[in-house]
Amino acid sequence: MNITLKNINKQFGQFHALSSIDLHVESGELIALLGPSGSGKTTLLRIIAGLEFANGGAVYFGGEDVAATPLRKRQIGFVFQHYALFKHMTVRDNVSFGLRIRKGDARPSKSDIRQRADELLELVQLSGLGDRYPHQLSGGQRQRVALARALAIEPKVLLLDEPFGALDAKVRKELRHWLRELHQKTGVTTLFVTHDQEEALELADRVVIMSGGKIAQIGSVDEVYEQPASPMVFDFLGSTNRIPVERHGNHLVIGTDKIAIYEGDHTGHGTVYVRPGDLRVASPDDVGLDAIVRNVQRTGPIVRATVAINSTGQLVYVEMPHLHHDVQHLLPQQSLRLRLMQYSVYDAENTPDGEDAPEPVLIGRERLRLA
Amino acid sequence: MSSTTILAARHSAVTESSGVRRLLITAALLFLLMFLLLPLISVFFEALRNGVHTYVDALTEPDAVAAIKLTLLASGIAVPLNLVFGVAAAWAVAKFEFRGKALLVTLIDLPFSVSPVVSGLIYVLMFGASGWAAGWMADTNIQIIFALPGIVLATIFVTFPFVARELIPLMQEQGTDDEQAALSLGASGWQTFWYITLPNVRWGLLYGVLLCNARAMGEFGAVSVVSGHIRGETNTMPLHVEILYNEYNFAAAFAMASVLASLALLTLGLKTLLEARHGDSLAKGQKH
Repeated sequence: MNITLKNINKQFGQFHALSSIDLHVESGELIALLGPSGSGKTTLLRIIAGLEFANGGAVYFGGEDVAATPLRKRQIGFVFQHYALFKHMTVRDNVSFGLRIRKGDARPSKSDIRQRADELLELVQLSGLGDRYPHQLSGGQRQRVALARALAIEPKVLLLDEPFGALDAKVRKELRHWLRELHQKTGVTTLFVTHDQEEALELADRVVIMSGGKIAQIGSVDEVYEQPASPMVFDFLGSTNRIPVERHGNHLVIGTDKIAIYEGDHTGHGTVYVRPGDLRVASPDDVGLDAIVRNVQRTGPIVRATVAINSTGQLVYVEMPHLHHDVQHLLPQQSLRLRLMQYSVYDAENTPDGEDAPEPVLIGRERLRLA
Repeated sequence: MSSTTILAARHSAVTESSGVRRLLITAALLFLLMFLLLPLISVFFEALRNGVHTYVDALTEPDAVAAIKLTLLASGIAVPLNLVFGVAAAWAVAKFEFRGKALLVTLIDLPFSVSPVVSGLIYVLMFGASGWAAGWMADTNIQIIFALPGIVLATIFVTFPFVARELIPLMQEQGTDDEQAALSLGASGWQTFWYITLPNVRWGLLYGVLLCNARAMGEFGAVSVVSGHIRGETNTMPLHVEILYNEYNFAAAFAMASVLASLALLTLGLKTLLEARHGDSLAKGQKH
């Protein structure tokens, strides 16, 4: 079942929770709605579900406007952040609830219902726990019961609101893998909300990045990560170094260092956005950024260093795997030259902070350093 | 200093010394004994002072039986009605946003703040011989004041807050996620209420009903105003106790009082049992 959103607007009093949202989700896709809190992602999910109603715009399920279809008839599976399991029912009764309440011919026989519930419990790897009560399960198990319950009604669309938000890091990772596999098995069109970029990038076919009630970028994991449409997206997807630069034709100059050329030919101030992990050590005769190492710290498999740019004194963060051959250069007080392997250049952020300030525009991006 | 005394000294850092503790506990126990336990025992003592025979006679005498029946009937009508009203009011307040919600919550509390005598008077003013509805009542030949309907109305008024007050915080705390989940699974509004909302609040509801029932059976002030004190007809148990007492028929008065006290003790016992077993599914911080 494909989903199309057209010009969705939602206001809570004076607050614009969502403005002009357009989105098309193909049948069978796994989509992440990613954004900081207050960006409107949960509201959007709830509007698709029918738990919330838009002030303007339309939602189409498979080309059909569902404005008049109430929640209970939309055939969506909704998984709540805090599971919302029915505490007074056993796990099996929870899972089969959607079937048991059906009326007349639509309702399967008792033995069919039980069999279906047990199949679903097997699918979510909880066979044998059907007679337990929710309070006897761990958080991860509860979340899987909630999923099984949502899948029981054979939903056309599966919607998950911060599905792993309340779980600890290890369980969260396991469930991510598991959800990905489950999605491949069932093929149900799935949208999930998260504020965790790692989760979104790891799970989703496409990521919808939201900010301030608008869609900041839609794209595949590679697209949003490597071609962020705005500084906000760049910043939100991971840690970021922001370095002011001068643009002379197609040269980028930081202080006295000419660091690279880029695809544009703008002139004037700009800001380079570069991730700590996209910086490497250059040989002395390459172009690059001269800097001195201030301190080095290893956290597990990653070595993190703070370096100061010689010409401006600005501190820049560098990360690399601890077995990388450049790590040997990362010693305190060591001088080195940095290569910017991959970066984005945006117009200088000289507009005042405020709602009407235009987002700086992406004007260049380079994968490889060019001489 | 041995190690045990050091340990004892450390214990005393977080609590009072044992002397002060004993003194406080004794004071509290004595107070309870004098003001609560002794009067309660004396009720049963006075009731049985002239023998079990007198006790049974006092309770099986026709007027007494009528009073017991009337009390059971009045609370048997008032409590289920308040159960329905209370659940409806709590449902509305806890699950929906609407204009005038604060006013509704205040109104629910009104019977707690109004003197029961005033509550009774309200009905006399409305349905009495010279009340607002007097003409209509004469036309239809319906009697409310000095009859069962008046007693039931007064009881409903006085006991209205118990169920709603117990359920509102509980339902607010539980939120609407469970209901939304049920709806998304295809349940109708009625199925959602019956299978999800009601089971979620069942212990709180039972708790509220127990308190409501205890108050309904024991209500004196409001019922006294509307009942008319007709022996064998409109006398409830508390009113009957008063009449017997005023007639210096102490044994019978205490016999009836002992029945009321037993009902109260039973309620208290059930309430304690509920709190012990299902305390976590009752509203927190709202105990009456």
